Amino acid sequence: MDEYLVLMRLDLITKEKQPTPDQLKVYMEHYQEWVNGIIAQGKFVGGTGLDAKGKVIKPGGIITDGPFAEIKESLAGFIVIRASNLDEAVEMAKGNPILNGEGNSVEVRRINGQH
Amino acid sequence: MDSTEIIPQLFRTEYRKIVAVLCKHFGFDQIEIAEDIASDAFLTAAETWGQKGLPPNPAAWLYTVAANRAKNYFKRGQVFRIKLLPQLRRSSGETEDIDVEFSPQNINDSQLRMMFAISHPAIAPEAQIGLSLRVLCGFGIDEIAEAFLTNKEVINKRLFRAKEKIREAGISLELPGPAEIESRLSSVLTTIYLLFNEGYYSASDNRSLRKDLCFEAIRLCQMLIENVPEQSRRERTSQSEGSTRADAKGMIEVPEESKGTTEEERGTTPRRRSRGGAAPTKIFGEVLTNTPEANALLALMCFHASRLDARLDANGEIVLYEEQDVSLWNSDLISKGGYFLNRAASGTRLSKYHLEAGIAYWNTRKEDTKEKWTQILQLYNLLLQLEYSPMAALNRTYAYSKVHGKEEAIREALLLGLENNRFYYVLLGDLYTGVDDARALLNLSEALALARTPAESVTLQKRIDGLVKKE
Repeated sequence: MDEYLVLMRLDLITKEKQPTPDQLKVYMEHYQEWVNGIIAQGKFVGGTGLDAKGKVIKPGGIITDGPFAEIKESLAGFIVIRASNLDEAVEMAKGNPILNGEGNSVEVRRINGQH
Repeated sequence: MDSTEIIPQLFRTEYRKIVAVLCKHFGFDQIEIAEDIASDAFLTAAETWGQKGLPPNPAAWLYTVAANRAKNYFKRGQVFRIKLLPQLRRSSGETEDIDVEFSPQNINDSQLRMMFAISHPAIAPEAQIGLSLRVLCGFGIDEIAEAFLTNKEVINKRLFRAKEKIREAGISLELPGPAEIESRLSSVLTTIYLLFNEGYYSASDNRSLRKDLCFEAIRLCQMLIENVPEQSRRERTSQSEGSTRADAKGMIEVPEESKGTTEEERGTTPRRRSRGGAAPTKIFGEVLTNTPEANALLALMCFHASRLDARLDANGEIVLYEEQDVSLWNSDLISKGGYFLNRAASGTRLSKYHLEAGIAYWNTRKEDTKEKWTQILQLYNLLLQLEYSPMAALNRTYAYSKVHGKEEAIREALLLGLENNRFYYVLLGDLYTGVDDARALLNLSEALALARTPAESVTLQKRIDGLVKKE
């Protein structure tokens, strides 16, 4: 079994694309259900959602408010799962409900354990 | 009551106290001698009381005999001169006087220390249960053997090895330091829960023995909860003379099965000062054992224990939850569980006992509501996040089926990958029933092939027969 990083990207800046509080509640329920299914399989390693705010550090000591102003897909959360190969990891990640939203994406990367 | 009736009862309640007090006094590594002295006191009682009749206070009589025997033994023995005397001098700063003190406070303190020592992680879980039953609960060796479905020799060997371990690992009856207390207390709770489960799920068909085990676990957990810091105890005793029964303590009455908690033993009587005005020895009242986690465990055990009478039929066969007679559920224990679950809801840490107690609470409500199963599902989700276990994953999927329907749950179940687990097939058999009976049959047969006890096989065969008839 290897560990895979599942990165979730969403549009966090376009105003009209943001969910209403009621919608968000439903989305979160779906998301929880997906994560809980993975936990129940004993394949959840860790990970969590991320705050929309953050800082980005660039060479030369330049600190900006993040990539949000430049790209539409911001990192919204990550989890680490256990799978026997990339195909299985992708199969599990496919169930992530953020994929119901247009423009969103989920990226799966094997954690190779080296720096 | 004559001596032949009272001695076995006293053995259950007093043996453990005598052993604990002697061990606290002479060291945990002297446990075998402490046990011999305690047994000897009971032998003497059997002989003397049979001839002269019962003394006015049989327990105090036993304490005095044990204390005298202990004094003689240690005075005479080399152990005393070489090893113990210097230590005793050091710790008390007094003379050679070895006064074994059987005050309610010291008895309580000694037993708490004993509980912590026996639950030491260096001792194997099975040995912990065996030692607990013997030294904390006063069970006979044959009773312990019956609970474990084995013979006396095996138990004697196991206890012997455990005592060796105590010496090798240098486990003492000292109070754990503040840095250790959390992890040591968590070991104690684990041991208590193991003890409870040994009774609840035991393969032994001696029902009263199994119940005893469960209620002993409850009693030990109560000792932890009733152990309040010295100061607040003093405040409470002075504030509410005679009205203490109305507060928490009034709720902590256990059914008579778990006899032995007397007012004295609870330590409600104000603590006596140590002898001779010497500085008081540190006692357990200064260690916090009444934690939210301990309360949650007690709640959990009360909820489970409420079904003890309903879950076995006259032949000792397990009665499935759905088929249990609700009128046999013990409502006192259910409300007691609710009381302790409320008390557990302080602090910030959500332990697995909290979550399991929450699930157990919902299981004390038989009606199948959407709310019940949504809550149970959520609690299992949290439990799995805290600590994955195949059983929790299977139970979570069952709850999932109650919330989202069988078809969705089958999909989730097939992802669990627990093909070596018989309960996995039981779950699938259950979920397929009514959806695809042929598959249900297949899975139940698979479960039957993996069944480990005759009782399990009988239950599964019944379900298979039921399905075949339906077709």
